[in-house]
Amino acid sequence: MRYRHSLHGHGFEFDGLVEVLARATPLRSGDVLAGCAARSDTERMAARMVLADLPLSVFLEEQVVPAESDDVTRLILDTHDKEAFAPVSGLTVGAFREWLLDAAARRDTALLTAVAPGLTPEMVAAVSKIMRNQDLIAVAAATEVVTGFRTTMGLRGRLSTRLQPNHPTDDPAAVAASILDGLLLGSGDALIGINPASDNPGTVADLLRLLDDVRLCYEIPTQSCVLTHVTTTIDLIEAGLPVDLPFQSIGGTQGANEGFGVTLAMLAEADEAARSLGRGTVGDEVMYFETGQGSALSADAHLGTGGRPVDQQTLEARAYGVARAFRPFLVNTVVGFIGPEYLYDGKQIVRAGLEDHFCGKLLGVPMGVDVCYTNHAEADSDDMDTLLTLLGVAGCTYVMAVPGADDVMLGYQSTSFHDALYARQVLGKRPAPEFEEWLATVGLLDADGSVRDIDPAATVLKELAR
Amino acid sequence: MSAFWEPLRRATPARIGLGRAGNAVPTSEVLAFGAAHAAARDAVHLPLDVDALVEALGGLGLGTPLVVASAAPDRATYLTRPDLGRVPGADLELGQDAADLALVVADGLSAEAVAQHAVPLLEHLLPLLDSTMTVAAPVVATQARVALGDHIGQALGARLVLVLIGERPGLSSSDSLGAYLTWDPRPGVLDSARNCVSNIRPPHGLDHATAARTIVSLVAGARELGATGVALKDGSFTGLLPDATTAATHDS
Repeated sequence: MRYRHSLHGHGFEFDGLVEVLARATPLRSGDVLAGCAARSDTERMAARMVLADLPLSVFLEEQVVPAESDDVTRLILDTHDKEAFAPVSGLTVGAFREWLLDAAARRDTALLTAVAPGLTPEMVAAVSKIMRNQDLIAVAAATEVVTGFRTTMGLRGRLSTRLQPNHPTDDPAAVAASILDGLLLGSGDALIGINPASDNPGTVADLLRLLDDVRLCYEIPTQSCVLTHVTTTIDLIEAGLPVDLPFQSIGGTQGANEGFGVTLAMLAEADEAARSLGRGTVGDEVMYFETGQGSALSADAHLGTGGRPVDQQTLEARAYGVARAFRPFLVNTVVGFIGPEYLYDGKQIVRAGLEDHFCGKLLGVPMGVDVCYTNHAEADSDDMDTLLTLLGVAGCTYVMAVPGADDVMLGYQSTSFHDALYARQVLGKRPAPEFEEWLATVGLLDADGSVRDIDPAATVLKELAR
Repeated sequence: MSAFWEPLRRATPARIGLGRAGNAVPTSEVLAFGAAHAAARDAVHLPLDVDALVEALGGLGLGTPLVVASAAPDRATYLTRPDLGRVPGADLELGQDAADLALVVADGLSAEAVAQHAVPLLEHLLPLLDSTMTVAAPVVATQARVALGDHIGQALGARLVLVLIGERPGLSSSDSLGAYLTWDPRPGVLDSARNCVSNIRPPHGLDHATAARTIVSLVAGARELGATGVALKDGSFTGLLPDATTAATHDS
């Protein structure tokens, strides 16, 4: 199908949905690298005008990535809920934007929750491309996705953190010191999650035991994860290790997932294995997924219908389609990690973070964002402050919390324990209720809900500093 | 810093126990973080001093160094178009006799790393090579990614190419050098067919002498096996290699 539009006296023609979506996407370096970005601002607006007039139902008829060669497309189509889709089935993409904003203005969370199973990633990506940042924030803020394991995630008025105590050689004492620092600053209610430097199963097992010991010793209501390949985690579950949440990086095409060494069947197996352990107390969602715009392109697995490159934001939304099928406890878009060839500067990172958060949440996925940058991107702490604040307003479930924002293992900058305290302070947010109660028990919670600045040597946690 | 945190800070490079100014970090920590980020950014953006490097490499006795620019005309293009950094900007006419080993010294993402470590590393490395090996005059490559070395190695008719390249700077490691070894260099070589020694950065990372020994054992293994990459790492030469070596999994 060819789509045509004239704007400012210029005629534009787009070959299929893939090209309309790509050309309509706000400028980012990854789409330029892939060769699918709009070649002028006018062309970009012409594509958005075409997109706004397309019926939502076109995404059920015309495939962005062919189903015959891609199991993610088949998953999306097979799990599409026609009944949930019915209320918006007659809308165009442009009218759908207005429908969403109207629901958001009325704070009709139930309506947004009910429509989620009827939406495909492509529909959600499409509408995001014609939404301004404030639209992405307003709709996300009205959407609620609640999950549970030992803490409850996604409740209104809460902002949680993943305590990320990474260390370049996985040294247990150093990891414990970072955990102590984070707990004293009120972090870790979404997760204490380590990216191990080594993927050696023995090292992973040692770290799993360390995290479980800390949790049990101080009776901390949270969950742990050592981020290693899902097949390693399945083996460790079988070996009797204390696994709370299996982790896996996932992408929006079958090829991207093959690049990560995973199949949909493996994800289902991990979900079942971890859930069968029954380690959750307030809920039984167990999967922890990470995603990020550009992962499919970097795996050379970004081509769609007609062999055309699919824009990285649409493929990212499809990764949430994968995540959704496995009822995750948490999903994390690692938005600025991949580097300037995908997201060049603070402006592109901020926009991508808001898009990812909106798309995931609207699809019914518990979204967190790794608000982050690398040293070769045109970004700094100020850009991270901006994105963190915007995401807090948008009702983001959780963010990362790294000592001093400096991940000394992965070599990038994320948000810090202090950053989370800032966000909670200015936005009036609190940690997850179960964790907040624990903070009170150990004397860290102030009467006004903030985290007290106390002498670490005077807390029970001081034993972590061995 | 409080007495409680002092011993813990010595046990980890992580920024723990920073203290609080309200909910933020104290001024000294904000400034220390900014200074570390500035060093990392300068490492990425300050251009390689090509003249100084050519002069220093000329002192190695391998002939007059050549200079090759990639197809990326400037730093901004280099950062957003890795594909252009992997190919030469003009036809390569390097005009040398075929050699066993080609040496490419490339700016990559840290000119500082190259300026500090490339020549001292080669000074350790060259005397360790099998004396029958011929080594081409070094090539300095600018706005370069690892794969540019494949074109240079091919143009020199080399059996092996060693690319020394500035790695992506971390917040506390702006001068880290990587060494990539590729057998039978030609355009289209997969990253899995290279071997990499990374984090060459004394005194915090790998020292020059150890890195040189590791690279030379990889060179010997590659010549015996007729290959680099996963086959070399996982094959019968593994016993020769310290833990610092890996099959390359990404393109710097």
